[in-house]
Amino acid sequence: MIRRILAACLVFLTLALSAQAQDRTIQDVLQEHAEAIVKSSRTTIGPAIEAVANSGQPSAQTVLQKWQNKDMWQWSENGFFYAATVDGSEITLTDFDTGDIVATVAKGDVTQLKPNSGIRAMIGAALVQFQLNDPDAERRREALLAIQRDGEASHLAPLRASIETEDNPDIKALKEVTERLLTISFDKDDARRIAAIEGFAASLSLDARAALNPVLSAKLVYAEDLPETANIKREIKPGSEALSVSDAFALMVSAGAATAQPTLSERKSALTEHIIDGKVGGVPVAELTRQDARDHAYQALASEGLVPAFDPAFSMEAAVKGVRFAEVYDEPSAAVTDAAQKTLHTINRAVGVNQFLDLSLDGLSLASIYFLAAIGLAITFGVMGVINMAHGEFIMMGAYTGYVVQQIIPDYTISILVAIPMAFAVTFAAGVAMERLIIRWLYNRPLETLLATFGVSIALQQIAKNIFGTQARPLTSPGWLDGALVFNDVLAISYIRIAIFVLALIFLGIFLFIMKKTRLGLETRAVTQNPRMAASMGINPDRVNMLTFGLGSGIAGVAGVAIGLYAKVTSEMGTDYIVQSFMTVVVGGVGNIWGTLLGALGIGFLQKGIEWFNPSNTLAAQTYMIIFIIIFIQFRPKGIIALKGRAAGD
Amino acid sequence: MSQLLEVSGVSVSFDGFKAINNLSFSIGPAEMRAIIGPNGAGKTTFMDIVTGKTKPDEGSVLWGDMSKNLIGMNEAKIARIGIGRKFQRPTVFEDQSVFENLLMAVKNDRSPWSVLFFKPKFKDLAKVEELASEIGLSDQLERKSGELSHGQKQWLEIGMLLAQDPQLLLVDEPAAGMTLGEREHTTDILKEAAKTRAVVVVEHDMDFVRRLECKVTVLHEGSVLAEGSLDHVTQNKDVIDVYLGR
Amino acid sequence: MDFVKKHPSLPAFIATLLIFTLAVTFLSEAYGTGTMSTSFVKTLGKTLCLALVAISMDLVWGYTGILSLGHFAFFGLGGYMIGMWLMFARTKLIVVESMAAADIPATAMEIKDAVGTQIFGVVGSSDFPLVWMFAHSFWAQIALVVLVPGLLALVFGWLAFRSRVTGVYLSILTQAMTLALSLYLFQNDSGLRGNNGLSGLQNLPGLDAVSQDAVSIWFFWASAFALLVTYLIANFVVSGKFGSVIRGIRDDEARVRFLGYSVEGFKLFVFVLTAIIAGIGGALYYPQAGIINPAEIAPIASIYLAVWVAIGGRGRIYGAVIGAGVVSLVSTYFTGGQAPNINLGFYTIKWVDWWQVLLGLSFVLVTLFAPKGIGGLFDLISGRLSPSRKGAPLGPDQGSLREQEAEK
Repeated sequence: MIRRILAACLVFLTLALSAQAQDRTIQDVLQEHAEAIVKSSRTTIGPAIEAVANSGQPSAQTVLQKWQNKDMWQWSENGFFYAATVDGSEITLTDFDTGDIVATVAKGDVTQLKPNSGIRAMIGAALVQFQLNDPDAERRREALLAIQRDGEASHLAPLRASIETEDNPDIKALKEVTERLLTISFDKDDARRIAAIEGFAASLSLDARAALNPVLSAKLVYAEDLPETANIKREIKPGSEALSVSDAFALMVSAGAATAQPTLSERKSALTEHIIDGKVGGVPVAELTRQDARDHAYQALASEGLVPAFDPAFSMEAAVKGVRFAEVYDEPSAAVTDAAQKTLHTINRAVGVNQFLDLSLDGLSLASIYFLAAIGLAITFGVMGVINMAHGEFIMMGAYTGYVVQQIIPDYTISILVAIPMAFAVTFAAGVAMERLIIRWLYNRPLETLLATFGVSIALQQIAKNIFGTQARPLTSPGWLDGALVFNDVLAISYIRIAIFVLALIFLGIFLFIMKKTRLGLETRAVTQNPRMAASMGINPDRVNMLTFGLGSGIAGVAGVAIGLYAKVTSEMGTDYIVQSFMTVVVGGVGNIWGTLLGALGIGFLQKGIEWFNPSNTLAAQTYMIIFIIIFIQFRPKGIIALKGRAAGD
Repeated sequence: MSQLLEVSGVSVSFDGFKAINNLSFSIGPAEMRAIIGPNGAGKTTFMDIVTGKTKPDEGSVLWGDMSKNLIGMNEAKIARIGIGRKFQRPTVFEDQSVFENLLMAVKNDRSPWSVLFFKPKFKDLAKVEELASEIGLSDQLERKSGELSHGQKQWLEIGMLLAQDPQLLLVDEPAAGMTLGEREHTTDILKEAAKTRAVVVVEHDMDFVRRLECKVTVLHEGSVLAEGSLDHVTQNKDVIDVYLGR
Repeated sequence: MDFVKKHPSLPAFIATLLIFTLAVTFLSEAYGTGTMSTSFVKTLGKTLCLALVAISMDLVWGYTGILSLGHFAFFGLGGYMIGMWLMFARTKLIVVESMAAADIPATAMEIKDAVGTQIFGVVGSSDFPLVWMFAHSFWAQIALVVLVPGLLALVFGWLAFRSRVTGVYLSILTQAMTLALSLYLFQNDSGLRGNNGLSGLQNLPGLDAVSQDAVSIWFFWASAFALLVTYLIANFVVSGKFGSVIRGIRDDEARVRFLGYSVEGFKLFVFVLTAIIAGIGGALYYPQAGIINPAEIAPIASIYLAVWVAIGGRGRIYGAVIGAGVVSLVSTYFTGGQAPNINLGFYTIKWVDWWQVLLGLSFVLVTLFAPKGIGGLFDLISGRLSPSRKGAPLGPDQGSLREQEAEK
């Protein structure tokens, strides 16, 4: 009892306090509409929601939210509405205006307001204006994005109202875009819709296209008895790609303009149902192995009236011939659809240009990957003429080195910086070992080199499998390489790809520097061109070959780290790159780094181009690309940049 | 007398370097000709062009009475119409016996199908025997040609050349690595051949050229510097300047 | 008799093959004591097919100097061609049988649709692609076993040889061709069931009553016979002047050209002939294996083929047979888990895991130290040793034989 009095006092006190601050409280507004609120009927609740929303009270938004979430309860003691939190059988009531806890009561003393989903949607629409006018800009942005995703006609009015008062220019622009999207979809006035549609002509966003596409949605119809007012997109001939003969006939049937003939399977089941003494319509069942016999039997049944009639001479082609079919817009206004069509066309052209640029960027990054994979080969195969089938496995070793380093050093930035020289060191050592142990015995015997290094390749692959298992190991890139450089909705490139591109450029630079400016490069070129002469001039060909091969292998290892960031690290990753790498070097022209660069660019762009024609199928793209390369080599057997004359050595 | 081979206005360049520069040359059906010239004069490239290995940038190479254009034909076809070539380095099939080498060269249908079902007839065997005795390898027929001495390989290659029965022989330094006696024998073989066909010999050795007793063409920087008897060209001032030296 | 005199290995080979065939027959479950399991008979039968394709590889690489990394693709194509008929015919039998229970007998169209659904359901289709147009006919598919690999080799070979791609370039190009083919077959819409491949090939249509025990022996006989015929053909090809010319091409292509032989024509002839042999080998192999899928065609398989020939000894026909037999049987032994593990205390060597490493390394060792391969042992026995000239190649071409490989 004492508690109740205390509570009542408290209520009085708070009422008095708030009355001091403002003339009206939200509770007053609620009480004014208490009857409608409690009744909770969709037809009568409108004014109540409006009153709360337009009350101008700071707590109006809270009230609506609580109400919508079924967290608003009415206390039978005084008939007031409170926000409530339920704790077991006890319920704590909080005043909306002050935020003070009013009382803790038993469940029986309060009634929960349970608005149905229709009312909740109305409350939701009313809430939008609060979100749109929220003092926190980030909240406003979120609300706008939510509307863009999932807009409703009711959002339109509050959105328009909120544009005027918006002072953040970014948000204002966003609001205007959102307003146009909503206008296109929900406004009643065609002129405004057309204006909104045309406002998107310069936009690339997916949302603009998403808003325009439903305006342009159309369906195929039987067009003979179409009303005058129908907004026809185009007339369609049956038997064309857009409308098959059987679909056209189905349209006629559903429009009541033709009678469907029983289908093959319907006729078959009809025959099955009418088997009498091993015969159907006088035809023995055993003879029904041919369609004409079946038709004959069915005809017999039909003439007895046992099954629906079937005309064997019937042809759908004849039935649909001369009949008009059309594609009709769902949108009745031709002006709107025309505007949308035109705008979409403009957008699509701009999107097309950007997609082309995006594709070019994709091609460029693929080219950098091929170039990275091939540049080591450009040294070992291109300059030295050694065919190393284990090159792919050196790439794999580099990638696994990166993986192991990441296991030891948890910081991804530092671990990548450590991994690159480590990978170089490991594969350099492996390359030198292989050169010393195997390749130097096989110089000038490329086919044997091919097979011996292939032996090394399968051994390395299996060893990697034994150590690291068969599942793919991740090589995580540092956080600052996450994400993408976004130009617009269509055009974007991930930072990893940019990094790989930069790495490829760096390697090109390193290669050129070593080959053209250093002693090793000079000696390498001397030894590959004429080993005896080089030896007689004091160059140690063994040492030069060893270092050059090590260098090529080391670069393969670093490429492995880069490729590992972009693709999965498995023991078989080398085989994915080896053929492509050789192709790159061969297409470009052996012995010329610029050729390798051109080869990588050509193959990268070509593959992306083919994928563009047939986006669903990268396997097919690879197949066609290889066929293209085989044909290319017909015309330029020595590659894009070919050595000529006697130097070509043929 | 109509010419067997007529090369006119032929030029070819490798990466800007003119290896053959507006070269014209002709030889009759039964004539011996020696070509001399300093290194890089274009002697080998000239042979490459005639045999179809190198395609000239311009000019024409006409063959036989019908004046057939050889440019654009492949090496095998040119060889089949009757131009045989001997390389500077002896190139014989070292893994195969002397007999096999010669039999492969004997003139017969060269298409894969008839080669597959080829059975040496008596005249083929006789031809091999005859050539073997001519080049002094009768006892060596079953030996692998890789085991022969350098001079023997040279002869084997000349034998293979004759076995093809060509109308024109292009012989690149046939006497290199041979003893004096062997050289004389080689001279005899070539002179004998030149009675019935055209023979072009590229050689540096002046004594050898003198023994051939034939017209000499001097090449320099891809074109003909002088032509005539050996005595005539050795008197030529230009030839002395660029080749023979003072 | 002249032929035998020229090929001293011939009677020995025929005798060995005959004794081997009889021994397997007498040990088999169907016609003998049953000591040898049917699956092992199949393994041996498959090995004979591999020996067959190894002979074709030896012709094209060991004799003509073209290191083709595409012959296993031809092998696989042959398997696909015969597999199409086997799968179609057998599925049709099953479908007809199941449809016989229906009230109304099926029409030809209905049977075809049902077969299509049965075969292509796995790739989400039910229509027969164009490539299956002859699948109903046994003889047509048999013809395709020869024609498809032959035509592919003809077109590819013509393109490659006429542009004078040689040596390692040619190897890489053939490898690219193989890769393209296997990638193409991996697609679901290739018409050959994508990566599912063709399966159930061990069941011969209409011969359900015959047990696999008997079927395996039949295939073993067929494989042995095919191997014998191939061996004779190969010996015939490499003996006379043709052999002389192709070995000439291997060692010095340019010289052969200047002798007036059309090198491209000869290469193409050998390439197509060996592709056809490989196709026939595949057509015999895959019914014994029971399944074929695009992974079988992957470039690595063709490289293994080169490995077998190299280990057996290239440039001699029996070397190829020995190489394929020994390596594939030893591989089966180690990868089949029969080989005992070696316990080193701190680490247990499981042969299933380490066999590949051993194979790779032994391959390196063979290339380095025994270029004659296993076949070289016969030279040791017969005392035919060649003089050492530091192993210089016998010709300037990249595929040319090395001196220590050449018989004296």
